[in-house]
Amino acid sequence: MAFSRRNFLKYAAMSAGGTLIADTPFLSARARAEAEGGNVRYVPTSCEMCFWKCGAIAKVEKNKQGEDVVVKLEGNPLHPQSMGKLCARGQAGIGQLYDENRLKRPMIRTGERGDGQYKEVSWEEAFNYTADKLKAVIEKYGPESIAMLSHGSPGDYFTNLLKALGSGNIAFSSFAQCKGIRDAAWELTFGHKPGSSCERVDLKNSKVIVLLGTHLGENMHNSQTQEFAEAVGHGAKIICVDPRYSTAASKASLWLPIKPGTDTALLLTWMNIIISEELYDKAYVEQYTVGFEQLKESVQQYTPEWCAKETDLPEADIVAAARDLGRYAPNVVIHPGRHVAWYGNDAQRSRATAILNAILGTWGRPGGMWLPAKGKFASFNDGYPKYSDPAKDPVIKGDYPFAGGEGLTQVVRDTTITGQPYPIKAWFICGTDAMKALPDQRQTLKAIANLDLMIAVDILPSETAMMADVILPECTYLERHDGLFKVEVREAGVGLRQPAVEPMYDTKPAWWIASELCKKMGLADFAVKDSWEARMRRQATAWGIDYDKLADTGYVSLPDSAFPYITADNQPEFKTDSEKIELFSQKLEEHNFDPVPKYEPTDEPEKGMYRLLYGRSPVHTFSRTINDQWLWELHKENQVWLNKKEAESLGVKDRQYVRLENQDKVVSDPIQVKVTERIRRDCVYMVHGFGHNAPRLSRAHKSGADDQQLITRYKVDPITGGTGMRVNFVKIIKEA
Amino acid sequence: MPRYVMVIDQSRCVACMACVVACKRENDVPAEHYRTRVVEMVRGEFPRLRSEMRSELCNHCDNPPCVNICPTGASHKQADGTVQINRRKCVGCKACITACPYDVRYINEEHGYADKCSFCQHRLKEGKEPACVATCIGRSRMFGDLDDPNSEVSQILRETSWRTLKPEVGTKPNVYYINQFPRKS
Repeated sequence: MAFSRRNFLKYAAMSAGGTLIADTPFLSARARAEAEGGNVRYVPTSCEMCFWKCGAIAKVEKNKQGEDVVVKLEGNPLHPQSMGKLCARGQAGIGQLYDENRLKRPMIRTGERGDGQYKEVSWEEAFNYTADKLKAVIEKYGPESIAMLSHGSPGDYFTNLLKALGSGNIAFSSFAQCKGIRDAAWELTFGHKPGSSCERVDLKNSKVIVLLGTHLGENMHNSQTQEFAEAVGHGAKIICVDPRYSTAASKASLWLPIKPGTDTALLLTWMNIIISEELYDKAYVEQYTVGFEQLKESVQQYTPEWCAKETDLPEADIVAAARDLGRYAPNVVIHPGRHVAWYGNDAQRSRATAILNAILGTWGRPGGMWLPAKGKFASFNDGYPKYSDPAKDPVIKGDYPFAGGEGLTQVVRDTTITGQPYPIKAWFICGTDAMKALPDQRQTLKAIANLDLMIAVDILPSETAMMADVILPECTYLERHDGLFKVEVREAGVGLRQPAVEPMYDTKPAWWIASELCKKMGLADFAVKDSWEARMRRQATAWGIDYDKLADTGYVSLPDSAFPYITADNQPEFKTDSEKIELFSQKLEEHNFDPVPKYEPTDEPEKGMYRLLYGRSPVHTFSRTINDQWLWELHKENQVWLNKKEAESLGVKDRQYVRLENQDKVVSDPIQVKVTERIRRDCVYMVHGFGHNAPRLSRAHKSGADDQQLITRYKVDPITGGTGMRVNFVKIIKEA
Repeated sequence: MPRYVMVIDQSRCVACMACVVACKRENDVPAEHYRTRVVEMVRGEFPRLRSEMRSELCNHCDNPPCVNICPTGASHKQADGTVQINRRKCVGCKACITACPYDVRYINEEHGYADKCSFCQHRLKEGKEPACVATCIGRSRMFGDLDDPNSEVSQILRETSWRTLKPEVGTKPNVYYINQFPRKS
């Protein structure tokens, strides 16, 4: 239907008497602006308030001065990851755009590292300074001594710069501090990660959903949470395994308040029950898996009675949950989780999750996990030359055989401290507040002290950015192009990011910053040829996509790419050595790891200490959004959740301020206590990302307390190198 | 003339606060004031707990104490069932704020008038749902015309047992709550 203003008004008049619509029908940005008429533009783009990359539509109006102003952000109904809706953070992207605390101009440090003294300089001056220093480091130590820590889109552009320079020392916190462990474990099992754009969990069709420490609702991944609510609405059984009564637990038909660190015991026992009671999917196991006999034998030792003691859960509940899974299999799913860096044996727990899904036959089944979309994307590198091999091997995988390509941030940090096997002397910090992202801040500080050069590319003056020697201010996602983005949900498609408004102040897109630095470093061949948008157009052409249509709608799906479920004609492919699901992993055995997961107990808190658990708020993304005035207003500071009986015995009252002291005598900033029945007695909980030590963040600075400060210990997963961070214990210190 | 009501399926609310931010921006609500909120109520003792997510907003009552007490006629009931405030008539006396049993009104300090949820009246005129409904991640909030027997809200209220908040105060609200707790299937 052509959508003129007249049509729109007619439609509106029609609907006023009957059904209301969520919004002006969105067929395209241009059509909608024309339909509404007047002084308005719509810009479809991709949100970056978290990393789900929802399709968003920015509404742009001219203010009285004639400047473009983003007045509203809405979900793009055409985009499968937002389905017409944005969460609180997505809508509050405007708060980030107009945050008066933003980094506004390039700056060079004038004082001591960390004392916050800078002078504003031109981009030319900043680039010259950076290039001179980089060249000096390369000359003295070699190109491999330049490393990058990143999270988010600026990393892609600087990866190009580092590789062109000859360094492969690039690491993203998304691996070792988050979901990389899980990805590696699922690749060992299924030959696939459990998802790329999002986990391939078919929640809206599930009959039973098991969440282990996955707190959907508080963990606000848009389309997945929409599907979770859909599942709750139609009466799916939710089994929530969490020491804390989370939002998800409040939706559960069975909440299992497990003793922290014992999840693998529960998973293995469930397997034992499901196998011994013959509730598993026999035909599926026969057809698609290897190693069932070894699994069966290995899990026999894990009896419900033993499990009840180990996990501190009622035996009857353990058995009932397993039987529910068996009864409704294969239309059930055990969610793979996302942040799984918990206890240092996390790859084996993730393997156990994967294997439990496998024996229930959930992979490729309705209500289980959908199969990867079959989207063909032609390779495209825009005619860049090949990178030459780095002179020295990157250190980023440490001694961990299954560390992924995203690298291990803490190994880069350790190498920076020790200088072994070679020195790392320059850091690019791109879009990550490393002090908040990595465990043991003391080590991070030690590494930073060892650097000859620290370069920050960021939007806000975070604690880490404000230690850099040179600060290159990036513009926000609403002011730049990024992408194209492959979207892989049930179908494959393509999204993009494009500016709603011009960059404010003297900020620039990361692609431009990295590209200009390439030129300064004598690597013009690796610089962006013309503009990023022109490159996106060429990429779209290579992918067979109409760029103008994509720019006008924000999302283009690839036709005939969705094959979610196994049928006679749609057989799953497992990219493992055996081309089957590996319940028993030869590869792990070759590296002297348990080929079938086994249970290992975790250290327990001493008397008077509580295990420190951390998690998320639905209105914040890690530490990145705390200063956003719209979100800060809703959630200004975090609280420490303390069981009511424990609070009574300590004489601590609800909302009283306390400090937390960990096993290494590190003491937190003051934090309010939430006295609650919603948590076990042996642990406390706080939302991650608060307690900024960043005076230029006028709202976030010293608001709440920092969990990462208390995470001085971490236990490294020997398989993947992930940093288990739930191994710290704290006691409560009452404020005088 | 339609009769607008909101139906809130509490079991589907995940307390994500998308509605709260949508409302604040759509209606330019001043800092530290809200026209809607999500209340989380947890009852019981560990580990036997039960919790309720409850979105609260103006109930657009059929017997509205705010309208009855308003000395200037600024707060008024409209034919479409909504309670609205004529800002020019409002003198900011706060009588309505005292009278409202639901604590959903505030004074816009910059302009001096009382304010509250209008069911996004400006959007209704364009045939659009209120902003909180449009963005509700859990599809917990539903909105429509109770005089239309085929509307989603009419069907739900016919088929589902519902409640309103504080029925004992006799305000006859037009915000209905269903499924106070998730089903224990």
